[in-house]
Amino acid sequence: MLRFALSRLLLVVPTFVGITLIAFLFIRILPGDPVLLMAGERGVSPERHAELMAQFGFDKPMWRQYVDYIGQLLQGNFGHSFSTKRPVLEEFMARFPATLELALCAIVLATVLGVAAGILAAVKRGSWIDQATMGTALVGYSMPIFWWALLLIILFSTSLGWTPVSGRIALTHYFPSVTGFMLVDSLLSGRPGAFASAVHHLVLPTIVLATIPLAVIARQTRSAMLEVLGEVYMMTARSKGLSPSRVIGLHALRNALIPVVTTIGLQVSVLMGGAILTETIFSWPGIGKWMIDSISRRDYQVVQGGLLLIAAMVMLVNLTVDLLYGLVNPRVRHV
Amino acid sequence: MKLMKALLTATAMTFAVAGAAQAKTLVYCSEGSPEGFDPAPWTAGTSFDASSRTIYNRLIEFAPGSTETVPGLAESWETSDDGMEITFHLRQGVKFHTTPYFTPTRDFNADDVIFSFMRQLDKSSPWYEYAPGIAWEYFDSTGMATAIKEIVRVDDHTVKFVLTRADATILATFPMDFASIVSKEYADQLDAAGTRERFNTHPVGTGAFTFVDYQQDAVIRYQAFADYWDGKQPIDDLIFAITVDPGVRQQKLVAGECDIIPYPNPADIEGMKANPDLTVMQQEGFNIGYLAYNTRQAPFDKPEVRRALNKAINKQAIIDAVFQGTGQAAVAPLPPTSWGYNDQLVDDPYDPAAARAELEAAGVSGLKMKVWAMPVQRPYNPNARRMAELIQADFAAIGVEVEIVSMEWGEYLAQSSALDRDGAVLLGWTGDNADPDNFLAVLLGCDGVGSNNRAQWCHQPYEDLIQKAKTTFDQEERKKLYDEAQVIFKQEAPWATIAHSIVTMPMRNSVQNFKQDPLGIHRFVGVDKSE
Repeated sequence: MLRFALSRLLLVVPTFVGITLIAFLFIRILPGDPVLLMAGERGVSPERHAELMAQFGFDKPMWRQYVDYIGQLLQGNFGHSFSTKRPVLEEFMARFPATLELALCAIVLATVLGVAAGILAAVKRGSWIDQATMGTALVGYSMPIFWWALLLIILFSTSLGWTPVSGRIALTHYFPSVTGFMLVDSLLSGRPGAFASAVHHLVLPTIVLATIPLAVIARQTRSAMLEVLGEVYMMTARSKGLSPSRVIGLHALRNALIPVVTTIGLQVSVLMGGAILTETIFSWPGIGKWMIDSISRRDYQVVQGGLLLIAAMVMLVNLTVDLLYGLVNPRVRHV
Repeated sequence: MKLMKALLTATAMTFAVAGAAQAKTLVYCSEGSPEGFDPAPWTAGTSFDASSRTIYNRLIEFAPGSTETVPGLAESWETSDDGMEITFHLRQGVKFHTTPYFTPTRDFNADDVIFSFMRQLDKSSPWYEYAPGIAWEYFDSTGMATAIKEIVRVDDHTVKFVLTRADATILATFPMDFASIVSKEYADQLDAAGTRERFNTHPVGTGAFTFVDYQQDAVIRYQAFADYWDGKQPIDDLIFAITVDPGVRQQKLVAGECDIIPYPNPADIEGMKANPDLTVMQQEGFNIGYLAYNTRQAPFDKPEVRRALNKAINKQAIIDAVFQGTGQAAVAPLPPTSWGYNDQLVDDPYDPAAARAELEAAGVSGLKMKVWAMPVQRPYNPNARRMAELIQADFAAIGVEVEIVSMEWGEYLAQSSALDRDGAVLLGWTGDNADPDNFLAVLLGCDGVGSNNRAQWCHQPYEDLIQKAKTTFDQEERKKLYDEAQVIFKQEAPWATIAHSIVTMPMRNSVQNFKQDPLGIHRFVGVDKSE
């Protein structure tokens, strides 16, 4: 197991170097000049343009900029935002807990409902329950997030008044951020109703963000369950007279979960993509909107730093999934 | 320890907020996050709304809902006869905000004025570059950096600006956001603590609202300043709830989560007007959207060709399709709300037959040209591509073939300035201040050729008038000069003036005394809320 873990850890290093290069090149390949974009219609004189480009080192050759960037990274410095002039790491850390909180809620919802729906569909294969579950999953997978979110807002927030339109907590609740996680901070604040308000605000964005992963997990669970249910050892289990719940819960699900765990891990990166739209619609102060704005402003340092930090998070999740997979399925440790 | 401290603060705040449960709160659902809270380095209206217009004051202010100027932190001012000196007499007894991070020991005085400007002017000041890459764009681009020779402290409450040139437009820049007055005492405190960067995150001003807290991209909180020199505000708390999507802003307003919102979707405006709980205010924007010909290239070097083409453009169709009714046909290069606007001007009639005939008379046939369409949405042009397509159809009707070109925004701005640029460019401008010079000279003056003057138009009779206006200190005299300049503009037609947008501010009926600002500023001084 140790050897397996080390081999997975070693893979992280070249991946990380590759990501620094991609993040660095990605934003520079896009046409557009950060100084001109900042100046807008007002324009900027050639002298002032040169001065500002030099201030951020954009006037140096590309390779030199990359070397400086790596040197800077090795010292734990992600640079400063061209737009706000604040350290990128500070800006990221101020927003990341909001994204993480939403993503965790979404993945938990998607996993619980997705696995349950997948099992139900597999067990009732061919029935109307199977068809309805898989049909709904297909609709969920094909749903344009923007449209889906606005539809939910109009129905549940504006028409029925059951949920707030957007934000993380009611504006009447005001307390300093301790952890950045609103669910935790609202509990720590001790304010009556604060936690309930935070949960209330999480409902719609969580549903929207969970929709696509839920559909994927449900479909994956169903197909994995069907495969396992057809195995000879399942027939043996049934012929031994074990109860259906024991056969499914203990024997089938444990084996079917192996590919599902991988799928859940992969959905984390999908969630990051979905978070951009979800955060924009629900005014959720996470990293999604921040990254989009930075790309449109060609804020090189933010895009580089943000991509790198997001990639690091995704890699960490995938590494954890790999290691968990090794634990769940001992055969992969020897591959 | 850090956690413990935060918990204690949380408990204290909980009690404070509980005590203020009956406070009158106004929620403004703003369109974006401010870049920072120092009012001088930024150029975005979103940042100004959150910093300079709430937390700070200027020596001279714009009167609410107007481009007229009124005394701010200066009670009065006078310009010397030769126009080379402006002396400000400062208001006495003005307090700076007391916050958890700063307690002022003195009132506002001349030192604060000098510091507010010198930190943007003096390259040797440690404040000139107190954060990496910080730049004073407006201070430079309005010409302040070259206009100020020195700032003299006459006494505690008198400051004299000695200028390098006589320029009537300089006074118009004092009400601008970059000229907000900051606290020198607070700057000194941060200097001593080695935390200058906090100047941009923990602001201290003399304005109507004290900064309380900013949760990035989510909420900005302010409290009415009890010791405000012009009296405490009717509301107690002001909240900016950052809501980027216009559709969501509208839903929040309808649901009662916001009291007032900016920039609604044009398509939603009629629905909001029909909602009995809402009031929808509308006003002409201080902007202009135009099509600039390259007057250095044939056949656009002939005024008669440009005038003929202008007659082929159906502006009403553009206003209906592109602005969805939230626009107004532009006659002059100035918006009608400007004091320099010439309301006697007559627009070119929409007359394709006359346009075709005039083109033929000018010896132009089979003309092929490019029309540049911006890739971004702007207040003066919500959909440049669609506008270009309508112009393309209008020109096709008179036998002119149009190719629409577009490119990335930064490239568009750079390439459209080139002297040899091919074709006519769609672009526009939103006024920085109330002075007509900010449109007529910046966009059409000879100095702007190769940069902001996209028509590359340098016409001496026009240039003489706007230069004379710059050194004329009597506003009535200046108005006459600008009127004359606009007549020349219309005859020469370097642009087709397309439209001024109409700015819409929807709000709950409970909001009282909100005044829509012609310059697009959103400020809440004097605003009240009924129960």
